[in-house]
Formats: sequence, structure tokens, C-alpha cells
Amino acid sequence: MALFLLKRLGQGLVVMFIISTIAFAIQDNLGDPLRELVGQAVSEQEREKLRDELGLNDPFLVQYGRFLKNAVQGDLGTSYFFKEPALKVILTKLSATLELVFGATLIIIFLSIPLGVYTAVHPNGFTTKLILGWSILGISIPVFLTAILLVYFFAVTLGWLPSYGRGELVPMFWGWETGYLTLDGLAHLVLPCISLASIMLPLFIRLIRSEMVEVLSAEYIKFAHAKGLSRNRILYIHALKNTLLPVITVGGVQIGNMVAYTILTETVFQWPGMGFLFLEAVTRVDTPLIVAFLIVVGAVFVVVNTLVDLIYGLINPTVRLTRSAQ
Amino acid sequence: MKTGMNIRSSLRGLRPHASKLKKGIIALSIASAFSVGALANTLKLAYDADPVSLDPHEQLSGATLQYSHMVFDPLVRWTKAHDFEGRLAEKWERVDDKTVRFFLRKGVVFHSGNPFTAKDVAWTFDRLKSSPDFKAIFDPFDKIKVIDDHTIDLVSKDTFPLTLHASTYIFPMDSKFYAGKDDSGADKAELKKHGNTYASRKASGTGPFTIESREQGIKVVFKRFDQYWDKQSPGNVSKIELTPIKEDSTRVLALLSGDVDFIAPVPPNDLDKIRKDKNINLVEMPGTRVITFQLNQKRVKAFADPRVRQAIVHAVNNEGIVKKIMKGFGTVAAQNSPEGYLGYNASLKPRYDLAKAKELMKEAGFENGFSVSMMAPNNRYVNDEKIAQAVASMLAKINIKVSLKTLPKAQYWPEFDKRSADIMMIGWHADTEDSANFAEFLTACPNSEKGLGQYNSGNYCNKKVDELLMQANKETDIKKRSEILQEIEKIQYDDAAFVPLHFQDLAWAARKNVNIEPIVNVMNFPYLGDLVINKK
Repeated sequence: MALFLLKRLGQGLVVMFIISTIAFAIQDNLGDPLRELVGQAVSEQEREKLRDELGLNDPFLVQYGRFLKNAVQGDLGTSYFFKEPALKVILTKLSATLELVFGATLIIIFLSIPLGVYTAVHPNGFTTKLILGWSILGISIPVFLTAILLVYFFAVTLGWLPSYGRGELVPMFWGWETGYLTLDGLAHLVLPCISLASIMLPLFIRLIRSEMVEVLSAEYIKFAHAKGLSRNRILYIHALKNTLLPVITVGGVQIGNMVAYTILTETVFQWPGMGFLFLEAVTRVDTPLIVAFLIVVGAVFVVVNTLVDLIYGLINPTVRLTRSAQ
Repeated sequence: MKTGMNIRSSLRGLRPHASKLKKGIIALSIASAFSVGALANTLKLAYDADPVSLDPHEQLSGATLQYSHMVFDPLVRWTKAHDFEGRLAEKWERVDDKTVRFFLRKGVVFHSGNPFTAKDVAWTFDRLKSSPDFKAIFDPFDKIKVIDDHTIDLVSKDTFPLTLHASTYIFPMDSKFYAGKDDSGADKAELKKHGNTYASRKASGTGPFTIESREQGIKVVFKRFDQYWDKQSPGNVSKIELTPIKEDSTRVLALLSGDVDFIAPVPPNDLDKIRKDKNINLVEMPGTRVITFQLNQKRVKAFADPRVRQAIVHAVNNEGIVKKIMKGFGTVAAQNSPEGYLGYNASLKPRYDLAKAKELMKEAGFENGFSVSMMAPNNRYVNDEKIAQAVASMLAKINIKVSLKTLPKAQYWPEFDKRSADIMMIGWHADTEDSANFAEFLTACPNSEKGLGQYNSGNYCNKKVDELLMQANKETDIKKRSEILQEIEKIQYDDAAFVPLHFQDLAWAARKNVNIEPIVNVMNFPYLGDLVINKK
């Protein structure tokens, strides 16, 4: 186990090193950060002076060397816009994104499992067709549009829910502020979570359904029926457990994706999270922030994949981490 | 059909629950309103950006100036009628060609409680001269002479007509507040871009609002300053919550749903929707930012021929662009100066005439046309990409084949600096609110030593224009100066120095009871201190 984690850590460091090199190499093509820092009337000489001060005129290797030296000490550079360490800026926004992803994940779990099982058990029912038809719709409408339609309907026309932002927050620990503990905060979470879930939910319904259909035709399920076990016990304990391995694999990757790519949802709802931050950083050519973001996202993927591998062992004891690691 | 019914019935199931939720929210917000005070008027404001820093000298941008007008006061400010109005300067007089004397308001205090005196103005002036962004505006000035505690002389190096224009940029800062060292041992007055300076985090001005809290990029909360000097101001807003909402449609939906009270800018695509809403108050105004194309005479020999440039100007249907692409949300331009500026020359008219354009091309010997490259940004100006595409297809009609490339602004400006294309788009707003500024940056013969023609990618150069510009910059008589500036516009028009398209209009929208009409202006600095919110 320890060996496995150690190996994973090593792999993670290599991944992040490669990401940082690529991110650093492309930053020159993102544009000129100075333009976003100064007004239109500032002369070229003046800009050149500022560029020197920021070290932007140094050769690539000098800049990259400096970056690596600082990065090893945990300093990924200072954001031009926020004037604070890039890592700190990202971590303060991370909580907003995680809360959004958490809400969307809850929606996905509590809807996809019953719906997936239902559609597998009643393959030809009317409700099944409705659910599957709707899920095609969910996959094909872009999040952007779903979100705007939701806001238009629930915030503008009906006036039930707020249209943007996080609402009232309660401070927790380590600068974490949560919207889950106030009514206002919860109301603000509803629409963004639904929009974010809308893309992934159909995928999971279909995944669980197809796995379930396969498992239900297995011998041991017939045996369980013959043995006289209750229907729900068969479906949700014996059958479901065996469908979960692929679901967790896909789920892990998708949750990683959600953390990294909440960009659209966060933009529409003015949700102050990481995705929104990244988009802003790109338009402002805030290169230190962009590089740090890519590294953090790389880290998120490494961590999520490691967790998925650990969970495998819990669900299916025949998967041995240590052996596969050797 | 069945799907629709199903959704509706499931919504009916949701309704009682949701209304309970809403009641809860209302109860909460009522409770919080009472805790502030029953008479408190809170304005929820959404701009497309929030100030990058609390230091008013760090970046010369619209957002910074909007912020400066909330937390600080200028010596003088622009009125709606494009005139000057005294703020911290009560009155002023020209002493000689180089000197204007300002009499400062007495009994004004800063947010810190320090009294406002002439020393603060002089201190602020020196700081402005050291700011990379603002030093260009204050370069013509030599110094501020403190006459007594409430009188100063602003002295220019040479005869200078724009002293009042420049003093709209002097927002006196609290010199005592910014004296000494902060916790990290750095000078509190330090002015640094991309630095976590004291002044970028803390502010003390004389303005109508103080800063209660600030989370950059998320929310700034302003509270009315209870010792504000302007007791005449009708303003009754006690608290402002400024949220930057970058996404256009989200900003509009936030207003329509009642989550915010006041938004700017209003995206042109949503104007119709907002006009129709009875609860919303929309204010539109012709703006001062001109959108133009420059024709690079160094890269394309044909552009050095005035007839070819004229042909292009005649081939571009800028009225059509305003009508079709801008959906009427723009004012057709024939020159750089917008109406109301000294240089605005009323005799210059838009000149779309395709037949004449073809004729001019023939005359110049380019009947069969030629090929050129064009570049434009795609996220800087309203509909910039569509406008560039339209112009490219209009030029095809006079056989000029255009290969167009559009780029995000972050990548566009470096290309513009390199003059990478034959035709390049540029929009310009004069920081000084004065016509000479257009010529200085856009059409004067490029000369980096004198700092002229920095954005003249066309390399248009007419010695007469430069000469007139020098004259205008020394002429303090408004009438004479106006004549000179109008002559510059006329010469540029006859030379077809650039392709004028339109001025971008401005729009603000607010809920009906928020009376924004009197406080918005063409500079786009809403004077929020004077904003009145009526009882519903």
C-alpha cells in the first residue's frame, strides 16, 4: 500500500513537471501581459521598462529555471492581477468549485442509480423511453444553454431562485467558506449544480443501465431469485455492487473533469471558482496564474485517480494494489 | 405533448416547496435589512469589471476612474453637458499662460479624519507624475505651487490649454494616511504595478463612499461616508455592493430577475429585451470611442495614393454597419472627434458612395484591385469581428481582396505594435476628453522621441497636421483652439487619413426606482454619490 502510494507520488511529480514545462513553453503565445496591466497611452519605452522589472525579457531557460527553483519551494509565481501568490489565489477559489462539484455529484449519484436500475429492469416501459429520450436531450444541449434557460425560467420568469453568485456564506476552517449552511447559500447552489450535473447525469444513467442489464442476466442473479431473496436486495445489493467497478472508473475521471472544467457553468453563474478564474486569467494573460492552474489541475487528476484505485480494492477485493504496483 | 405535461405536473409538485424556500429567503433578507437600519438604501451594482487595485494611480482604465469617483473626489469634474464643475476646487482662475490658480474647498475631511489641504493636492500631483499610466497626462506640467492651505497654482512647462482637463484626473489622496511604513516595512505611498502595496489594499480619500470590504473579482462593498462634505448632493444611497459580472447575458438576467439594481454596460443584443421591460429604466447615449481602420502606407504602396484611400473610405458603408451590425447602437463617424468636442467639425459628413469609389480606383490605376491583409481584435470592441468581416466584403466590391485575421485582444496588441497587417482596426477614446489626443496618438507622424503617433499603424504623415497640433497645444483661447482642431479634422478627412466607422454608444440600465438618468455621463463615470433611489 505504502509502496503503491509512493510510486503514485513519483508519477504525479513527473506529470506535473511535464505540465509545467508545456505550460511555460506556450505562455509566450498567449499574448503580452503588459497590455493588460497598463493603460492605452503608456509608451513603448515605459512598457519595456516594466517588462524588464517583471523579468519577461530574460531568455526562456533563465525564466524557466527561476520558475522551477521557486516551484520546488512551493512558490508557483505571483498573479499579475491578484498580486498574491498564484497557488493561494487558486486554493481560495478551489472551495467554491468543490462545493459546486459536490452538489452536482450528489444530484448525479441520487438520480443516476435509481434511474439506471429502473431502466434496466423495465427495458421497454414508457417511463424508460422517457428517461432515455430525455437523457439524449441532456447530452446534446450545451451546458451554457441549459444554464441560461434555467436562469431565465427560475430566476427571471418565476423569481424563485437567484441568478448568479454564491449568496450568503459561512466561514469554516482554512479560509473555506461554505454555502451549504445557509438557506440563501443553498438557493444559490441549486441552479449551478443542476446545470453542471445535466451533462454528466445522462452518461451515468446509461452506464449503470448497460452494466445492470448485463449483470441481471447472470446466473447468480437467477439463483438469488430462486433462493427467494427480496427483489430490492437482489437489485441494490447483489447486482448493483457488481456494476460499480466501471462506474467508479468513469466517475473518477469525470469528477476530475468537473473540477477542472466547470468553466462554462461558473461563467454563466458568475460563480467565483477555479474555472471562472482560469478563463479570466487567459483573457488577462495572467501567465503565472495560468501555469499554476494547469499544475493544480494535473494534481487533482493524479489524486482522483489514486483514490479511484484505492476504492477498487474496497469494492472488489480481488484487485490487489501492491501486487500490481510491483 | 406528453413530455410537456409531465414537466409541468412535476413542477406543480415543486412549487409549494420552492415558495417556502423563497419566503425563508425574504425573511432572512428583511432581517438583515433591519439590522443595517430601516432607512438604508442599498444599491446592488453590476459592472463588467471591478477595479484592479484600490490605488487610483496604478492603472489608467475605466474601472479605476469609476472607482476613483466613488472613493475620491477630483479637483473638478465633467458635467453631463461636457462642461467643468468644481469639486474639491471651489473655483479657479487663469493667472497667466502657464498658471491656473485653484481655490480649494474648506472643511473637507478624508475618510481617516485628516483634514484636506493644499499639501495633499501637491503630494498627489507628485505621485501622479511618477505613475507610468498617468505621467503622460501630467507631463506638460512643471509643478504645483502651494500658496496657502487652501490655494494652489498648477504650473505648466509651456503655454497649455488643457489644465482643467488634466485636473479632472487629480483625485487628492490623504498624504498623512499614506505616510510611513506598512507591516512588511514597505513605504505606504509605494506605487507599483503587480505589487501587493499598501495603497493597493487600503484607501483614504474624500469621496462619498468608503470601502467596507473587498474580495477582488467577487464583490466590493462601499458604505456612505457620514462626514462627506457635499451636503447639497441629493444622493441617498447608503451602501453599494459592486459585483463584477463579466458574462453579458448573466449581467442582463441578474437585472431582469431583480438580483441587481443597476448594470453597465448593457450588451447591444439585449437592448430590445430591456426596452420592453416596464420595470427597467434604460439610458442610452452616443459615446466618444471612435472605431477606425488604418491603412498602412509603408506596407502597401497603393495606400500612399490618397485616391486609393478615398476609394476605400467611399466603399465602406459605415451607416449600414451601424444599422445592421450595431443594431442602431452606434453613431456614424466621419472624423475622430465626437460631437461636443472642440475639434468636432460639423461640415464633415459620412461619404459612402460605391460608384465614386470605383471611379477613384480606376483613376488611380487600380481598377483590377490588389490583395491586402487585415487584422482586427475579436473581444475588444463591440462586434469588432463582425465589423471587420463586413468591411472586408465591402472592399471586395472595389476589387480589393482582403485576407482577414481576427485575434483576442491579448494577442492583437503585440501584432498591432509590430504593424503586422496592411489594414488594422483601432478604437480610441481620448483620455483627455479633447480632440488633440486623437491626432497625437493616431494620425501624427510617428515619432517615438516626441511620443507622437504611437498608434499610427497607417504611417499617415502630414506635416501640416503636426504643425497645427503643436499650435493647438499652445493655444489657450478656446475659440481659436477649436478652429485649429477642426481644421485638423478637415485635412484628415480630405486626405482620407483613416477609415472612420462609428462611435460606440453607451447604455446603462437600472430598476425603475433607481434614478440613474441624472448621474450617468458620456465619460462613463456614473456619479454614484449623487444617485437617488426612490421609494417603491
